[in-house]
Amino acid sequence: MAAEPADVLIVGAGASGAAVAWSLAETRMRIVCLEQGGWMNPAEYPSSGRDWEARGFGDFSISPNRRRRVTDYPVNDDESPISVANFNAVGGSTILYAGHFPRFHPSDFRVRSLDGVADDWPIDFDTLAPYYAENDRMMGVSGLAGDPANPPHDPPMPPLPLGKSGQALGKGFNRLGWHWWPSDTAIATEPYDGRDQCLNLGACSTGCAQGAKASTDITYWPHALRAGVEVRTRCRVREITVDDRDRATGVIYHDADGVEHEQRAHVVVLACNGVGTPRLLLNSSSSRFPDGLANRSGLVGRNLMFHPYAAIYGVFEEPMDGYRGPGLCIWSQEFYETDAERGFVRGYTFECGRGRGPVATAMNGMMSRRIPFGPDHHRAYRAMFNRMAGMVGICEDLPEEHNTVTLDPELTDPDGIPAPKVTYRLSENSRRMLDHAVARGTEVLRAAGAVDILTTAPIPQGGWHLMGTARMGTDPETSVVNEWGRSHDVRNLFIVDGSLFVTCAGVNPTRTIQALALYVADSMKQRLANLFD
Amino acid sequence: MSDDFIMSDRGLSGAERALLRSFAGAVIPPGPEHGIPGADDEAITADIVASAEGGTEEVAEALAALDALSRSSRGDGFDMVDEGARVAVATAFRDSHRALAARLVGIVAQCYYRDERVMASLGMEPRPPYPDGFELEQGDWSLLDPVRARERLYR
Repeated sequence: MAAEPADVLIVGAGASGAAVAWSLAETRMRIVCLEQGGWMNPAEYPSSGRDWEARGFGDFSISPNRRRRVTDYPVNDDESPISVANFNAVGGSTILYAGHFPRFHPSDFRVRSLDGVADDWPIDFDTLAPYYAENDRMMGVSGLAGDPANPPHDPPMPPLPLGKSGQALGKGFNRLGWHWWPSDTAIATEPYDGRDQCLNLGACSTGCAQGAKASTDITYWPHALRAGVEVRTRCRVREITVDDRDRATGVIYHDADGVEHEQRAHVVVLACNGVGTPRLLLNSSSSRFPDGLANRSGLVGRNLMFHPYAAIYGVFEEPMDGYRGPGLCIWSQEFYETDAERGFVRGYTFECGRGRGPVATAMNGMMSRRIPFGPDHHRAYRAMFNRMAGMVGICEDLPEEHNTVTLDPELTDPDGIPAPKVTYRLSENSRRMLDHAVARGTEVLRAAGAVDILTTAPIPQGGWHLMGTARMGTDPETSVVNEWGRSHDVRNLFIVDGSLFVTCAGVNPTRTIQALALYVADSMKQRLANLFD
Repeated sequence: MSDDFIMSDRGLSGAERALLRSFAGAVIPPGPEHGIPGADDEAITADIVASAEGGTEEVAEALAALDALSRSSRGDGFDMVDEGARVAVATAFRDSHRALAARLVGIVAQCYYRDERVMASLGMEPRPPYPDGFELEQGDWSLLDPVRARERLYR
């Protein structure tokens, strides 16, 4: 039986779904959000137990294929050197993200104009600037004003401590004359909006038991719920339905018992990110949309961008922060903007990490052959434990149509819905950028006093950022949605997640995804009388 | 809890458990200079075996590959060769079967480095991070002075 129609039906309660729900709530429309996961209980997060690191490889793994929760869907990423990371729950992947919260640069929206590659966005930095600020206030951002590598902004809370690791690395950057700055983070450094301040648990990437890290289940959602938005959990959407006028009429979903339901709606908003959104559109094919819903451009699922990551870590003789504190401390954007002499276009950010926990030190040390098996294990281990610090180079990926999300012909989720297949090839530009990041990262670690360097590029499990698979643009031939997130083909269907990205910059995307969601919501509110024209 | 996960219902056999314990002991032997047990300590082994049960097929596959390597290179099963040979076979296994070895190494490391005797020997309090957390020094913010003096870097 079909439930009463919603005015707005949002699919996905993660970073963008929460933001768009909260913003639209002021319209007093009936807003329903369907989420395939459940509400998380912070008391059950791994940092409450001594097995906290182990659970990061198990039930709190970033990989849905490793985690195997019934609320997950599997991803076939056999044909990709980088595997997909995500989380399915109210809060989505913000439950597990580190909380690194950089903004795009103005140049990131003008890649074609400035560097002759990829495409320009249909909007610019100034369009998003007020939404960045609004999102910072809602999420609670810590940082330090005055970064010469970013347009001026004033985070509402002071930055995380530098700690031993941040100081050592900062000195290394200073010795080379390179840029660095305390990271903007979505981690509360003082009590904020009902959340307590960071306790330096060091387990951000398996959920924050303290509630200091801004996952949207504890930031946007409490406000959205109070404003009347309904979140319905354990509801896995199978397809979006359409009528013969090419309008979305609602969705078909499965509840926790696998029972099928229909939810009708006047407006459908997708917030499932760069793999989930194209998967749902491709699963919604029909006689009117044989290649997938809203896919007359043929671009749904194409132009998948990850951020290829290089990891560069050093072993120091003096103690670092190790397992204490959020992994985040400082970043460097010395190599962010294009310099043709480097042999690649665009650039990357170095995001520095304080260190590793005892288990990660052992695993990485043993698998990298730095810590031998057998009698010499303990001496070698103690030379690394609490003595590592380093960085990742987060490289801008360029959109390429052959990098895709499609439907796997055999793999399905627990409800029998076809699972996504990722096909991805690392470009030569990205390869060169990774090599550059490894070389420059090694230099800065040596300058900081590291006596041994461990590198990995790309990080095989590092598909944290999923972007570009339903890009925005003004031309229906070359984009899936228009410049304010509305499908070119289905005029009451909107997308607000990382799928929208035309290019992906060289920074973590969550702050921009949420700013985009707020911008799309505002665009909708301004056009309520003629939203579908 | 188990209803929330898609899990195997196969357990490890007695032989597989013994093999896993031998592997753990070869990888991390006792450290008498630090007063700590090896990873084949009874309590740690129990933790390792319990942890392995969540992904039994992969662990069993890894153990079978380890044992096969031992038989082909040393002429006998892994838990039949002497201690030095075990270390050599385990090391060769790590270098030739990276993914499978990582699974076994991961389970051993997870359990060993949360044992309270081991944590104490490393100077850690044997407790979870939450709720007490940890101290982190602010650091010297004047280190930023040369960066503050730079011209704008963004386009």
